[in-house]
Amino acid sequence: MNLSSALAPATLEQAQEMGLRADEFDKIIEILGRTPNFTEMCVYSVMWSEHCSYKNSIKWLKTLPKDGPHMLVKAGEENAGLVDIGDGLGCAFKIESHNHPSAIEPYQGAATGVGGINRDIFTMGARPIAQLNSLRFGKLDNARTKWLLGGVVKGIGDYGNAFGIPMVGGEVYFDDSYQANPLVNAMSVGLVKTGNIISSKAKGVGNPVFIVGSATGKDGIKGASFASKDITEESAKDLPSVQVGDPFQEKLLLEATLELAETDTIAGMQDMGAAGITCSTSEMSAGGNVGMDIHLDLVPTRQDGMLPFEILLSESQERMLIVVKKGQEETVQRIFEKWDLHAVKIGEVTEGPEVRYFMNGTLVGEIPAKSLVLGGGAPVYEREYKEPAYYKEAKKFSIDQVNEPADYVVVARQLVAHHNICSKKWVYEQYDSMVGTVNMSTNKPSDAAVVNVKGTNKALAMSVDCNGRYVNADPEVGTMIAVSEAARNIVCSGGEPSAITNCLNFGNPYNPEVYWQFVGAIKGMGAACKKFQTPVTGGNVSFYNQTVNEDGSAKPVFPTPTIGMIGVLKDKSLQTTLDFKYKGDLIYLLGNSYDDINSSEYLYSYHGVKNSPAPHFNLDEEFKLQECMKGLIRNNYISAAHDVSDGGLFVSLVEMGLPNSLGFDIVTDGDIRKDAFLFGESQSRIVVTVVEDYEDEFLDFVAESQVTVMLLGHVTKGRMTVDEENFGFIEDMRHLYEESIAMEMAK
Amino acid sequence: MKFGVVVFPGSNCDEDLVYTLSEVLHQDVVKLWHKDTDLQGVDFVFIPGGFSYGDYLRSGAIARFSPIMSEVVRHADKGGYVMGICNGFQILTEAKLLPGALLHNESRKFICKNVFLKPESTSTIVTSGLEPRAYKVPIAHGEGNYYGPKELIKELNDNDQILFRYCNEAGEVSEESNPNGSLDNIAGVSNKKKNVFGMMPHPERCSDFELGNTDGREIFESILSKVMA
Repeated sequence: MNLSSALAPATLEQAQEMGLRADEFDKIIEILGRTPNFTEMCVYSVMWSEHCSYKNSIKWLKTLPKDGPHMLVKAGEENAGLVDIGDGLGCAFKIESHNHPSAIEPYQGAATGVGGINRDIFTMGARPIAQLNSLRFGKLDNARTKWLLGGVVKGIGDYGNAFGIPMVGGEVYFDDSYQANPLVNAMSVGLVKTGNIISSKAKGVGNPVFIVGSATGKDGIKGASFASKDITEESAKDLPSVQVGDPFQEKLLLEATLELAETDTIAGMQDMGAAGITCSTSEMSAGGNVGMDIHLDLVPTRQDGMLPFEILLSESQERMLIVVKKGQEETVQRIFEKWDLHAVKIGEVTEGPEVRYFMNGTLVGEIPAKSLVLGGGAPVYEREYKEPAYYKEAKKFSIDQVNEPADYVVVARQLVAHHNICSKKWVYEQYDSMVGTVNMSTNKPSDAAVVNVKGTNKALAMSVDCNGRYVNADPEVGTMIAVSEAARNIVCSGGEPSAITNCLNFGNPYNPEVYWQFVGAIKGMGAACKKFQTPVTGGNVSFYNQTVNEDGSAKPVFPTPTIGMIGVLKDKSLQTTLDFKYKGDLIYLLGNSYDDINSSEYLYSYHGVKNSPAPHFNLDEEFKLQECMKGLIRNNYISAAHDVSDGGLFVSLVEMGLPNSLGFDIVTDGDIRKDAFLFGESQSRIVVTVVEDYEDEFLDFVAESQVTVMLLGHVTKGRMTVDEENFGFIEDMRHLYEESIAMEMAK
Repeated sequence: MKFGVVVFPGSNCDEDLVYTLSEVLHQDVVKLWHKDTDLQGVDFVFIPGGFSYGDYLRSGAIARFSPIMSEVVRHADKGGYVMGICNGFQILTEAKLLPGALLHNESRKFICKNVFLKPESTSTIVTSGLEPRAYKVPIAHGEGNYYGPKELIKELNDNDQILFRYCNEAGEVSEESNPNGSLDNIAGVSNKKKNVFGMMPHPERCSDFELGNTDGREIFESILSKVMA
């Protein structure tokens, strides 16, 4: 390929090779009134890829609630939605996937995921204050899984630790469905002074356009297209599609950008993620109803002789596009010089509507900006969907089909040590969780991470949640549960849920059964978000997460719509922890118990029943429980709170006991099968402890809230007793719970 | 008493130190930019944690060549106080202001967690105001494995230059309580003159009462009480 062939008219074969469909190629010809040249065709191919255009998801995403009582900027208006937390501060937060790069190069794939999501936040003028992540892998007793887990964790750690933003929360799950295709979802949360918000729209004809940060290389070319196809045996050949990260450059870019945000020099800014210069120039232009002239030869490159399409599509990390207010160029250059970063003028804003790309004065591409972007000319498809057979099959499951275990202690120990349930210490101790001196959960553990907002009375609570097994069992109910669990975690920590961001990890959207999962998930998410008044501020969709076997058959991952939720603690004194405090404190269970072991880890792993319905869930019941919980915390009636989730009630009690090495003596409910009571995962239950002096007030309040309550027992010095049966001492559980992953990794 | 916090490109605990010194301890603090050569009249220089210059060669190896470091060395040579925390400790060993070296953790992994420290030296301002108990202070490093030749370790012991050793909650120094393989569980040292200090754990991360642990604050207060006296 040379410059003249890059300017030659593109052929349908080339377009198809780049992932465009024949009808999409025809549509481009119609838009341009001519056949695009090769460079232009490349631009369309990445901008119309699933990753950038949301062409197969946008129809349904539009049904999600976008506005709520706490919103400062609605979803879609800027790079990420903004929540108003008062005190002149907005909270910007977003979650994004880096699944495909991580599948073939776990270290760089995960590292650049961290870099990308943080850039999304500070490009708005917000300083990231906390990070979270949500990871999925195949079974851990597999050599490749160990390699993937080790690489991903080291990648996230090396990048995030150097960048210097604390990792405050996350989740890690292991299941066969993720064997070939792990999920790596990274979330960042930032704060911005409401006066310093930077727009992502290009404004002001004649304003200069700067590229800042790292030089542009050939790494990551066509990464967006790569992310929009199936992972196959051949995927390792796509290695050049994986970008390489440099956290040091990102840290400099952060500081320079935020210094810039304090000045009045910027008309607009966008980070360069997927599709690099192409995406940032066209989206900024389309957003501002303008055009741009961009001179690609002025872009600082890492190597000589890069062709126009390579510069346009490069996904080199740690770069930003800035539209500078005319006359302010020197200020901008001075700030970037201070931080030893490139800041080079590569073009200017025009009347448009085209973005025009030049190479040494030669026009190499001329495309109407709007024709490239979501909401403009990018295609929008309606996909057919069909209920899969397994769904009806699962409904046939009944608890009567499995027997109660002969030995409850054995089951309890197995669950506590299960890789999906045990402590993820092996993972999170490799992350700096305390830099920034804002992590209020280090010494005071709670269901959600609580992060100090310095200089105010407030704190933020944040959580990422999704149980893909539940979503697979019933996409609508499973996703409602994901939203509800995130909200429950925030409420149990003393917060008020504000908004969510989502990362929608699914299989191939052209598979009607996969699309049925997607549609169900969106319906469930919408319903739950409306109930909790937590709008969706942004996020991303990652399709094509599946393994294509050699015979051509595909096995999708569990549908995994990861929910990242933010909440506000109006007063730091509301912070509520999950640990048992004193021997003798009363242990109560809030919420209803059922004869339900559906989709529990107990049923799935111990009994080996892989297909069962989602656990019991009722949105109104959940809402009532959370409202009651908020009141109990406001009135200071409880001394600890922890929700019942994966592994069931017994695991919750162990998790409450371990921090202070205290045990419990409880009774089960005679009306409920004991295994369902202890290990079932029916939703909308919270364990609380109550000091005896407050017991009457507590019970009155719960009764008024019309929430079911049951006295389980009391906190002990260390012994665990259930229905008078000795389950051993809490310290016996510590090794099982804390070292399970480290022991498997050492094998 | 005026404090200075050096800011290198890639420092990421600089703001935390400034916050702790100014907001928690109500001291006069200025930031010292790596390209500057003026210490702005500070009495006590802190070198913060982070990844100075990306730490791509070896932790702290590049930072010691920065313009501000020449001034810091001059300040120390004149008897002025200098303290490095985490990457700051690594920089001070690279600059030969402190003895020994910090190698990769024995596990070859970055480790971030609360650990316990036993104050050792009774003759430094960092430790002499502390009680003989285990202090809970977090670490966050990939290269915190303190190493030196045998003679050096003996010298450090003989001269009372060891600030802290890693211990368990009960204050016992043992192999199990050593998080990174440091020789003799050494977590922090001073120079012979006892005006330059370095430690891997982060006292600034446990000084604000809002974080539920203020053991680090006592370390700063020891410094304040001794230099003010």
